[in-house]
Amino acid sequence: MPVTDPKEILKGERLAISRALTQIENSTQEGYQLLEELFPHTGKAHLIGVTGAPGTGKSTLVNQLAYHYRRTEGGEKAPRLAVIAVDPTSPFSGGALLGDRVRMQDLAGDPGVFVRSMASRGSLGGLAAATANLVQVFDAAGYEIIIIETVGAGQAEVDIASLAHSTIVVEAPGLGDEIQTIKAGILEIADILVVNKSDKPGADHTLRALRSMLTLSQPHPEDIAHHGPAQQATQPTNDLPSSLWSTPVLPTISTIGEGFPELIAELANHLDYLRTSGEWQRREEKRLKNELEMLLRDTLRTRWENKISATKYQYTLDRVVTRKLTPWKAVQVLLEGAGL
Amino acid sequence: MGDAQEKIRVLIAKAGLDGHDRGAKVVARALRDAGMEVIYTGLRQTPEMITEAALQEDVQVVGLSILSGAHMTLVPKVKKMLKEQGLENVKLFLGGIIPDEDKRELEKLGVAGIYGPGTSTQVIIEDIQNACQ
Repeated sequence: MPVTDPKEILKGERLAISRALTQIENSTQEGYQLLEELFPHTGKAHLIGVTGAPGTGKSTLVNQLAYHYRRTEGGEKAPRLAVIAVDPTSPFSGGALLGDRVRMQDLAGDPGVFVRSMASRGSLGGLAAATANLVQVFDAAGYEIIIIETVGAGQAEVDIASLAHSTIVVEAPGLGDEIQTIKAGILEIADILVVNKSDKPGADHTLRALRSMLTLSQPHPEDIAHHGPAQQATQPTNDLPSSLWSTPVLPTISTIGEGFPELIAELANHLDYLRTSGEWQRREEKRLKNELEMLLRDTLRTRWENKISATKYQYTLDRVVTRKLTPWKAVQVLLEGAGL
Repeated sequence: MGDAQEKIRVLIAKAGLDGHDRGAKVVARALRDAGMEVIYTGLRQTPEMITEAALQEDVQVVGLSILSGAHMTLVPKVKKMLKEQGLENVKLFLGGIIPDEDKRELEKLGVAGIYGPGTSTQVIIEDIQNACQ
């Protein structure tokens, strides 16, 4: 396999992009070299996360969203758009069945759209370890919108919120009562909430429950001012309109494309809000901090692995198993054994 | 940094207009259980769609399932289009009911494996693993 030229990626050559994605996903040396070259060219794309429980219609929604992005711009040039769709890896075989493309047939044949399926490869949290790195390839290659679809997420898979600029949480009617809506977790990370399949019975109820949940957590600007000087000290009055984002709840029917012009309008609003409130900068910093920390952790782990002998590790483990050593003490022994 | 890990990536596509996808799903599932990453594209894929998906997913293998009898039209077209896109290294496998004389011709064309009804999935798995070494 020939080595991929980063210049080809920056020019948007699809074969070069595709091969680079594989190298980076496989954590090869070539992959890391490519990331080194590409990083200075990143930071321009709007990263949109799409998450939600299995079967809520995430893939179909992504299909319609991308389709509408490519068409609703009127006379304007439609944005180039990449989709990264993550599906779970089997913990038993290490294999994966990546089926998101089945729902994305409307995007076929459009040279301005690049869809890449990705297996989670053992990561928890709804994304794969290399997802953030694949995003950088598309970003550097000039894709203006990058949609990241997580694995079907339950309540705690919230990694997407630290990767995406705008997170869409997809719900469907009939998945739980109001108490589900005030639990911690996935609903908290939504910048935009979508009730998909809103032609199904119970959709009104779900919309109402979600909206009422949001009024519990998102005070209106005037409510904050109402609470007087203590609040105003941290939230100066003149910042109020732009510094607060109130999560909209939108109904969609992805199978027929209903509600998508509205969803795209809200995404534009959110992007506006991010830019004018300084939140964009804050999220970028948080995202890069996250990446840096993960990298640091992985690097430390690899260094440690290279320094500790397998027999020493096994011996320590055996002593923990026979209750001669506590796990906490064992960690110390193993770190000291590696000179750390 | 994480250790390098490589997985065999396979695209499974139902080419043409027949809707019989049980075989394709059985094979997709078996390959998944053999530790491969299987991209399943669903029904009624044109050669253009298959080539585009193979390009975007950077697969080593494309598995076509054709039960409509159109294999002598579809397979050469897919083969040609893959080559045009710079994907001549992608191995092409075919499942379906393929007469012997067609089989010989398709093999001459460079199809890496052709499987009829009753083939053990283990045979397909091993052939793919060998082809990707």
